[in-house]
Amino acid sequence: MLLALLSQGPKYGLQLREEFEAGTGEVWPLNVGQVYRTLGRLERDGLAESDDTGQEGPQKRFRITPRGEQALAAWLRTPPDLTSPPRDELVMKVLVAARVPGTDTREVIQAHRVYLLELMQQWTRLKEGEARDDLSLALVVDSELFRLDAVIRWLDAAEVRLARAAAEPPRPASAPDPAPQLRRLGARR
Amino acid sequence: MSRPGPDGDSSENAVSVLELRGVSKTYGREPAIVHALAGVDLSVRAGEMVAVMGPSGSGKSTLLTIAGSLEDPTSGDVLVCGIALAGMPQGRKARLRRRVIGYVFQDFNLLPGLTAAENAALPLELDGVPVPKARAAALAAMEALGVADRAGWFPDQLSGGERQRVAIARAVVGDHRLLLADEPSGALDSVNAGEVMRLLHEACQRGVAAVVVTHDAQLAAWADRIVLLRDGRMTGKTTRPPGPESLLTPGEIR
Repeated sequence: MLLALLSQGPKYGLQLREEFEAGTGEVWPLNVGQVYRTLGRLERDGLAESDDTGQEGPQKRFRITPRGEQALAAWLRTPPDLTSPPRDELVMKVLVAARVPGTDTREVIQAHRVYLLELMQQWTRLKEGEARDDLSLALVVDSELFRLDAVIRWLDAAEVRLARAAAEPPRPASAPDPAPQLRRLGARR
Repeated sequence: MSRPGPDGDSSENAVSVLELRGVSKTYGREPAIVHALAGVDLSVRAGEMVAVMGPSGSGKSTLLTIAGSLEDPTSGDVLVCGIALAGMPQGRKARLRRRVIGYVFQDFNLLPGLTAAENAALPLELDGVPVPKARAAALAAMEALGVADRAGWFPDQLSGGERQRVAIARAVVGDHRLLLADEPSGALDSVNAGEVMRLLHEACQRGVAAVVVTHDAQLAAWADRIVLLRDGRMTGKTTRPPGPESLLTPGEIR
């Protein structure tokens, strides 16, 4: 991200922090220490360089190197690691609710659904107000709304599955599922 | 023009534009009776937008047709602008419907042979308002929605976004105080669908009350309140959340 900002021209550390925050809709605050630590690393790896003014701290101006530009192009196209599902507290709670005797899973799900909707309402107010003139913020808010929306849809699906499971008599746990072909053969009779 | 302001009407004594009291609706007879709605209470004030969410078959659309006086409840009361609909003669009910209630449909339903302004003026003309007056009101509504310059265009000359705006202008034209919308964004992509909701919410801020039925949480989130229906019953509702400021971590440095 800092490399992306440097790719627009040389910049000072403080300026980078301000532009990072403005460029992400100010949703993720950054402290100036983080900025300098990252710049130090970039410089060490030859991805960025600073003016050799002999001065330290805020007076130092950084610029991207050709290697840094390559690294930036590669980073933009590298997919983040989404292979393993994150440990999700809400998923856990719904899984657990289904096992705790005397728990109304519908009610548990509804409580979470209402909370998520309220959160979505808040993000939408932001979209209605400040995010109208702030493209970065609008993009961040959209991404958050899609994420929360997906969680609500999962709750809807979980509710249907749990209701269906409750309506069906439990299958004996030990009997393995018949292979799909066998089941189809059986259905023909 | 003398509608109540967008806020400041949260006091209990503000008259609800729409009020449902213990509304139930059943179809068929025992033993094959279907309870489409069961004891629903809902009150929507001027300036307020309420979204009704629920799975299909939950009673959302029934709620809207009853609120729009197109159907009578089996039991319970419906009040529009404080006036009870029960026992009202059909003619008066139809007049109230034309004067007070605007509808936004899934596919906007603009008449192809009429210009945008003629479409927007239609509810008033049907109500007997003289044509020049109706046109002026239509233009005012279109102005507020940013499509006044499309007044003479036909629906097929308009973009999808402009058609939505004209449809909303038609729904709020004149003295319409209650907006009823069933999946108002139709098949639009999410950005344009959000734009429809923004326009509806802005119309509410100018003083109308709206009930929007949708299954889409992102659209429902535009509303001031969301009520959840299942099997004809209200099973949950959001409370007015705090402002968006609470989402952002305060910038502690500086």
